[in-house]
Amino acid sequence: MTLARLLIPPLVSGGLFGAGLTLSGMTDPARVRGFLDLFGDWDPTLAFVMAGAVLVMAVAWRIRARMPRPIFGEKFSLPDRTDLDPKLLTGSALFGVGWGIAGLCPGPAVASLALSPGAVLPFVGAMLAGMVLHALPQQRSFRRLFQGS
Amino acid sequence: MIEAFPNALPLQGLLGGLLIGLASAMMLLGAGRIAGVSGITARATRLSGGDMSMTSAWGFLVGLPLGAAIIALSTEWRPAEYASWPVMVVAGLIVGIGTRMGSGCTSGHGVCGVSRFSQRSLIATSTFMITGIATVFILSRLGSPS
Repeated sequence: MTLARLLIPPLVSGGLFGAGLTLSGMTDPARVRGFLDLFGDWDPTLAFVMAGAVLVMAVAWRIRARMPRPIFGEKFSLPDRTDLDPKLLTGSALFGVGWGIAGLCPGPAVASLALSPGAVLPFVGAMLAGMVLHALPQQRSFRRLFQGS
Repeated sequence: MIEAFPNALPLQGLLGGLLIGLASAMMLLGAGRIAGVSGITARATRLSGGDMSMTSAWGFLVGLPLGAAIIALSTEWRPAEYASWPVMVVAGLIVGIGTRMGSGCTSGHGVCGVSRFSQRSLIATSTFMITGIATVFILSRLGSPS
């Protein structure tokens, strides 16, 4: 596959995504926290964002069902897990806490690197550190350290 | 404008949401993948496996700030206010661990999974909405700076 086929669709997708987040005010932590402030001064904007995005994607999933393969790729690589495990719940619960504290989730945080780099860099850096921390116990060298073998 | 919520931006919200949907649809139908920001970030930094190429993962991640910049430059965009850096570090750490442990965030579970009626994503999304609401509720009672 050529470089252009690998690079351009994700780049355009990311660009549209970042544009959508910024246009809808989702890069503003106050607006996101306003949505989560259900018992205070509630701001329903995020619900409109989710509705718009889910609407388009619901159509896309229907189109995908009729496609043998993606337009620019050889095959679909989609999650197929259906089991519910404690990790899904614990992880999502944790994520919600961090989301509520800062009013930022990964998409808006990365997009905001172009808007307020100084303010969001500590968040993005710590987010990467958190991802590394989560990956550590799965590393073979780390396991060996604790199993003493 | 909605009378009860003078600060809400229903039109910009819907329009931005449609763009996000279009972006996710492009990723799905074009590249055959989920536009999940936490998963793609982990892939780009080689923290997770999978068959997504580095070129594609970085392409998507670089696109995010590019798209944000285009809107900021072409509309009446004003800089947002953020929490202090120590608070941002704590929140970022929790988000990093949580999204990996829970296999996704607002984009992967909230948009891509929910629109597919994935049971895992519906449960994940309800869970982070509930703990997010609880966190903001508790912090507002404590009078923390938002």
